[in-house]
Parts: sequence; structure tokens; C-alpha cells
Amino acid sequence: MENSEEPKISPEIQEIIEKEKRLSEVLRQTHDIVLNQNADGNLIVTGLYDLTDIELFLFFRQDNQTLKLQTLDELLERDKQREKDGFPRRIRLGKYIKPVKGNKEKIVVVPTTTEPKFYHDDTITEDEETTGGSGEGEEGEVIGEQKSQPQQGEGEGQGAGQGDSSDHDLIEDAFDLGKIITQKFHLPNLQPKGKKLSSTKLTYDLTDINRGFGQYLDKKSTIKKVVETNILLGRIKPGEEFNPEELIVNPKDQIFRILSPEKDFEAQAVVFFLRDYSGSMMGEPTEVVVTQHLFIYSWLMFQYQNQVSTRFIVHDTAAKEVPDFYTYYKSNVAGGTNVYPAYELVAQIIEKEQLYRENNIYVFHGTDGDDWEENGQKSIAAVRKMLTYINRMGITVAKNSWGSDDRKTIVEKYFEESGLLKEKSNLIRLDAFKASGVSEERIIEGIKKLCSEK
Amino acid sequence: MELIDQKTKTIMEGCKNRALAAGLDLPLDTLEYIVTNRDLIKLSPKVMIPTLYDYWVNDVEILKESGRYKLYPSNPYETVINTRPPISFYNDNNPDWLNIMIFYHVLAHIDFFRTNTLFANTWNDDFVGKALADKRLIESFRSKYGRWVDYVIEFARSIDNICAYFKELPKINLFPEQEPGKKLEYLINIFLPEVKKLNNIEILKYIDKYNYYCELNKETAENLFFADIINIFPEFDSYFEKYETIPDKNSDLLEFLNEYSPFLNRKENQWMKSILTIIRDTALYFAPQMRTKIMNEGWASYWHNELFLTDDRISTHETQYAKINAGVTSISRIGLNPYAIGLRLFEYIKDKADRGAFTLEYDRISDIDNRLNYNKNTGQGLNFIFKIKSHFSDFNFINTFVDQEFVDRYNLFVVGKRLDEDRNVIQYYIKSRKAEDYKQMLIDSMYHPPLIRVNIEKTTEDNLYLEHEFEGKQLYKPYIGDTLMGIEFLWGSQVSLETTEIRVEKTKEEKVGEQKKFIYDRVLYVMKDKKLSKTKL
Repeated sequence: MENSEEPKISPEIQEIIEKEKRLSEVLRQTHDIVLNQNADGNLIVTGLYDLTDIELFLFFRQDNQTLKLQTLDELLERDKQREKDGFPRRIRLGKYIKPVKGNKEKIVVVPTTTEPKFYHDDTITEDEETTGGSGEGEEGEVIGEQKSQPQQGEGEGQGAGQGDSSDHDLIEDAFDLGKIITQKFHLPNLQPKGKKLSSTKLTYDLTDINRGFGQYLDKKSTIKKVVETNILLGRIKPGEEFNPEELIVNPKDQIFRILSPEKDFEAQAVVFFLRDYSGSMMGEPTEVVVTQHLFIYSWLMFQYQNQVSTRFIVHDTAAKEVPDFYTYYKSNVAGGTNVYPAYELVAQIIEKEQLYRENNIYVFHGTDGDDWEENGQKSIAAVRKMLTYINRMGITVAKNSWGSDDRKTIVEKYFEESGLLKEKSNLIRLDAFKASGVSEERIIEGIKKLCSEK
Repeated sequence: MELIDQKTKTIMEGCKNRALAAGLDLPLDTLEYIVTNRDLIKLSPKVMIPTLYDYWVNDVEILKESGRYKLYPSNPYETVINTRPPISFYNDNNPDWLNIMIFYHVLAHIDFFRTNTLFANTWNDDFVGKALADKRLIESFRSKYGRWVDYVIEFARSIDNICAYFKELPKINLFPEQEPGKKLEYLINIFLPEVKKLNNIEILKYIDKYNYYCELNKETAENLFFADIINIFPEFDSYFEKYETIPDKNSDLLEFLNEYSPFLNRKENQWMKSILTIIRDTALYFAPQMRTKIMNEGWASYWHNELFLTDDRISTHETQYAKINAGVTSISRIGLNPYAIGLRLFEYIKDKADRGAFTLEYDRISDIDNRLNYNKNTGQGLNFIFKIKSHFSDFNFINTFVDQEFVDRYNLFVVGKRLDEDRNVIQYYIKSRKAEDYKQMLIDSMYHPPLIRVNIEKTTEDNLYLEHEFEGKQLYKPYIGDTLMGIEFLWGSQVSLETTEIRVEKTKEEKVGEQKKFIYDRVLYVMKDKKLSKTKL
């Protein structure tokens, strides 16, 4: 208890409090001494009267109940150590997916592990999976159906995650994912150059429940409560008719919804995600690019403590902005490829909305390296313009399997020829690799290349 | 985590008195704690034992479950652990009437733990206390040996599911003086049947002879008896001496490693043995629970229903109770619910015993109406299920009592799952309403770890030779390598595993409805220097 809060404490009481404080301090110290070993690892032997009930019981209480949970940091550190000790790593990133309204899904990213043991495996011998059931129906009758193909991207482990048009959900997960990948893969921490916006904008919504008074009467819950009260009072008897007019309504039975403040954050960084969605990108390149973009998005979310706003742009021969990650991920067309419209669109948005004034701006572009504009003049021009106000541009070239390893794609070629990559290496990076069979590690490696300071 | 308040404790004691009056076996002292959902997430990887040793896999599990909780918040109502005194955990937001229902459920679990014979090995000590001691020991090892402690835990845990639970079980019920001597055990169990190939009737003659000597004089019985044996089988002594030097072939792998591993027997590695023992004891402690899930939950559901409905303190909450009870104990249209099946089976058995229908006379009646109306009013139903509860495991329970009458009575069937390729949907259909099929489906879904033993003849210091007793199911291949790697560490050198693998024979044309043909290959896995190889035998 603080003195300032309780000004009326008499000197005697004050003295008692001080005494208690000292006593507890002493107890705490003996507690440490009694129950710990000294530096040499030898147990310190205490005298007959050194121990009291309190400290012993306190200790046991703690020992019983405190769960010494290791942080993710420690767990990942341990996992890294395993490799050095010659054992396979055991911790992986997995995700929980929950379908929500409107054919969308919520994702939560979690660490997972398995404990290998000898188990029986009856997948081969079993003719088909069986389980129990009950109810009416003839043998052979179909009693239920389920879609057989899992939604694209569904499942555990790596692969592209799915976004969600409801921003809130994605943000929350992305933050966690960002934390995990930042720690697991030692991604660099960003040094924000722009000014930090402290932002606690509040919005209000009718979400909290309150009994007795409020703004909006929840009729269903209220009626339930009224019936409950009247059963308790004996005014409604099971199996008997009753007159609703005679029911007693306790004012406390009325259940309302009331306004509650919800925090709303203002963006501190703007990230543009650009993706080639032309026909040649189908399959693995798309998977790689989108996964990487989800990771980058998550990582920035973590770095900027959720204050990131995102823009999604897809392009084939023309570019268009799409509203959310979900559409960004799902969209596919079979068309040709021009890169420059996308770059021009970004520049246009930044200028029109004057985003450069208050934000750190990041642009990430995923492509298979194909461009109909072979010399890339328009693209380079648009990029040069962008580089004057953005913090970092990262280009991922996920090469298709049919190209040979060493052959450079068109996009790679014209970026190299332009000299931009060397000239402005602090602003623009390019990472090219083969899309087929890319591991989670390689994707993260790519993020490091695109985002690191040096 | 804190104890329940006085008011709730009073309710609990009221429940306990009613349950005692109904015939359940309950201790005077029980501990009840209030926990939050988050507490439960933290406790569940430790199988609800708060004092269980710390281990990183549990921490990963907690992080994972916390993530899942974000998407699927759930409210577990209760959970109870088999300790002395029994400890149960309650959700912090349960209303009183729900607590009454839950208390009854918990009390029936406690009764089950205390009286079902499969738990006999857990009756004599308090696992929470033992686990705490183990946890401290492991902690002290950690401060000395660091992360290697966790590797040893990991590798020991990787074989903790193949502990010889049933080998340990019969031991506990014998008083020390009833324990047959090693020599006698060898003679009766191994020498006569396996070396001399005698049949049971012939062996019984020897047992009679021994008992005869015992009746004459207990002190001299063994000497006289074995003097006789030497007359008949002069070679017996040398066989027995040889047998005593051979490791027990029924030991499970953890026991065997603890006893004979050259690596663990090194002076500097002795501490690892304590960990193996802890892991084995912990696994054995939980083994009966896995083998009585259906019975235990069925028993608890039976009693919470019986006792709740007769409890006068719960009026006005019948509908809420009905809803939750239905959620817990309703048989799903598709899927298995141990609470529901267990409850129905206990109810079915009780009813049948009440009618006196577990008789030959009843079995001989073929007329359906006569069967339905058969009633001897024995009043023995309750007594009967109490006995079943005390002496059966899930397997016996299902295997003995699931019959066509049961399946018909509750409209049960086996659900099949097949792919409709044209429409790209998975179809669930009623595959069978036959009791035999239903029983088999239940038995197939029961916990049954593979039987893997050390082949003592083929084992040397440089090669631990394991054999998988093939029971129609192959081992899950992706885990074989990693598991063997752990065993290699614990043995200190090469480890071999002989097992059977199944292939589907490829036919030229696949015909609908045709049975798949399987080819069984006996193979040998060898793990050496963390590298796995496989050869066909």
C-alpha cells in the first residue's frame, strides 16, 4: 500500500507496516537461502530453528503450482541447439484454421511438435475408415456428405495462408506469426526512420452486455431471464399453462447491450504487395510468393506493433488494386504479363493519398520473372520514381520449373542492367530462386535478403 | 488455481453423502480446485498432474493450445485425477447446479479409480507427491547435466507406450508370501511347457504334487518337491542356472535398457537410469486410464444422471441439466462418444441383469416377444454392474456385452466412409448394423500399442535386436527412424528392429468391390550412427 493513497495512517500503524515489510523481506531471503543450493552446488544446511511453516509452505505452494513455462524464444533456441547436437529439429510452424461466415477462414499460427513413438498404422490394411453412428436408416444408406478436396492452402505446416476480409482477424494472427518468424528465423529488427505515431483512436460498438439498463434491449435474453425468475418464484410450473401478463419482471432481468470502446490503431507503415497473377504464375510460383508475402506482412505487423496498413495489387497486362489479402491470394487469370502498370499504380496511389508524408512505405513484388516489356524501360522509370519516397522495395522472382537454373529471367535482366540494385542497394533488393520444392527456410531466407539493412 | 469456497464445498459434501448412500466407494477427503480455462490449457499437457516434471514438449503444446483456444474457446467442465486424496478441477464460471452435476460425475470417477482392478498399482501411493519428488530430481539433474537431461527424457518417452503394463498388473495383488519362488515359477511357467513340451493337464499334476507337499509341511515342501523333480528331470538344475543368467524376455524395453544398456551402465551415465525409471513409472501410472476410458466415462455418466435427478437441491434447473447431459451423453449420428456408449452399455447390462437375462435359459429363447417380455425381477442389476465396473477393462466390457440386442436397442450402426469420385464428395453411409461388425469397430478403435520386445539371443553389446510381434498392423513408418535414433542413444551403439511391412499387391485391373491383396514383408531396420537402413529378410 502506498503512503500517498492512505494519508490518514497513524505513526503506530505505519510502524507495524514497516515491521511487516522488513519481516517479509527477511522471510523472502531465508526462503531463497533455505531452498537453494549455494554456488558450489552444495546444499546449505540450516539450523533447527531456521525453518518455519510459512516459508516452507510458501515454497511448496509455489513449487506445486507455478508452471515454469518456457518462452517461445527458449524453445526455439533449444531447437537450434538440437541440430548442433546432431538430432533433428522438432519444432515446426503450424496453423489452426477456422471457417467463418462468408466462406472465409480465421488462422492462428502456433508452434507444433510431434513425439515419435512406435505406433500401429492401419491405413493400408483398413479397407475404409469406419466409425460409429446411430439412428434410423437402412444398411447402405448415405447419411452424410462432405466436400472431399480441402480448400486450397488448408492444412498444417507450410504453404500459403489464407487471409480474411475482416482485417481484425488477420491482424491478430499476423502479429503472432510475425513474432514467431522474427524469432525463429532471426529476421532483422527494423529501425523505423519515420516518426512514431502514438495512436489510440477509439471507436464505439454495441458489444458489451449489461443487466438492468443500457442502450439496446436484448429481447431474447431478457425473456429467458424473466422465465427463469418466474420459475424460481413458482409462478411458472412445469407442464402447466401460465398467463404471461401475470409474470413478475425484475428490473435486473432486462438485458441490454451497451456501447463499449474498442481500440483502433492508426497505421504507421504502409505496405504494398504486388503480385503477378498471370497464367504462368499458376501453381508453385503463386504459392511461394503468397506465402512469402504473408510472412513479410506478419513480420512487419510485429515490427510495427500492428500499426501497418496494407494495399494489395495484382497485375497481368494491367494492374488493379484488390481489397484484401484473401482476394489477393485467390485471384488467378490466364493472361500475359506486364510489370510496369503495377509499379505505376503504386506510385500513383502514394502520390494521390500523400502517403509519403507520414508513413514508412514498403513495396514487395512477387513475379516469375516474365515481362512482355523486354527492355523494362517503363518499369525501371516507375521504380526510380518510387524510390524517392519509399523505405524498401523487395522483388521476389520465383522461377518456374521449366527455366534452367542459371538463365536469368527478363525481370532480373533489366533490373541488373539498370544498375539500380547496386546504386540504391539500401532501397531495393531482388531475390531469385526456383519455385519448385522451396522450403519454409528458403522463403524466410528470401525475406532476410529483401529486408535486411545491409 | 485455488480451492473451492466453503459454500461450494458444502454442496460437494452433500453430493458425497448421497453418493456414499448409493453405494459408491469414496474417501472422506477430497480436494477440489477452481481453475480457469487458461490454467486447464497449461495443465492438460501434464495430464492434469500439476506436479509432473517440466518438459519442453509440454510447453510447445501449451503455446499451441493457447492458439487453438483463440479460435475455439471451449469450457471444459471438470477433470479429476487419480491421486490420494483425489483432486478434481472445476471451471471458474460454473453455476451451482452445474457443479452438482459435475460433482456426481467426478465422484463416480473417484469410485472407479479406487475399485477397478486395473488401477490396483496406483492404489498404494499418491502420484502427485511422487511426481513432485521426480520433478525435483529431474530439476537437480538439469542443473548438473543441462539439456542432455531433456534428450534422455525425450528418448525414454519415445518408448514409454510399449511398457509392459499387463506384466506388472498381476504382481500387486499377491502378498509376499504368496509370491511363488523363482525356481518354482521357472519350472511351471517355462521348463515344463516350453522345454519339456508338456500339456496343461500334465503340468497340473506337478502343481498338485507341490500342493500335496505343502499340505504335509509347508517348510519342507519345496525341498521335497524339487528332490522329486531332479529325479525325474536330472537336467533341471543346469537349465535353471542358465535361465537365471538370461534377461527376462518379457521385460519391456525401458526395463531392459535400465538393466543391461552398456551406455547407461557407464559410471558417468548412471543418473540417466533414474530418468528412465521415472518415465516408465509415469507411463504405467496412466496406462489403466487409457484402457478403461469407455467404462470410466460410462460409469460416471450413469451416476451423475442417477444422483442428479434425485437431488432435491437442483429443482428449476432440470432443463439446463437436460441440455448439458444430452450434450455429454447423446449418441452421435456419426462418430463415437465413449460417454454415450459406456452409459448405454451399463444401462443395458443393468436392465438385462435385473430381468435375469444373463442365463442359458434366456439365450435359448428364440421368440422375439418372449425375449422382450422375459423378466425374472431378480433385482440384481445394480449389484451386477458394480461387479463389472470393478473387474473389467474396456476390451472385456465391449467384447462381452455388445450383442445384437444392444445394437438394435440403441439403433447403432457402423458408419463407412467412401469417396464419390464423380461428385467429389466424401460420403458417410450405414455400413453395417450387425453386432459383430459394431463390436469389431469399437475394438479396432481402442488403444493398443504395438508389442516390441528385445530378442535376447540376437542381442550383443554392439547390437540391440528388437522384434515387433506382428498383429496384422504395420508400424507407422515415418516415426521408426526417429524412435530408433533415441534407442541407439540409450543403448550406446547399433539398434536393429525386425518388423513386418504391408504392401498392396498391384492387380492389372481394379475391380469394384474386389478385396485388396496384401503382401507381407519381414524387414530389418538398422540404426547406426544416426543413419537408418532397411533390408528385406
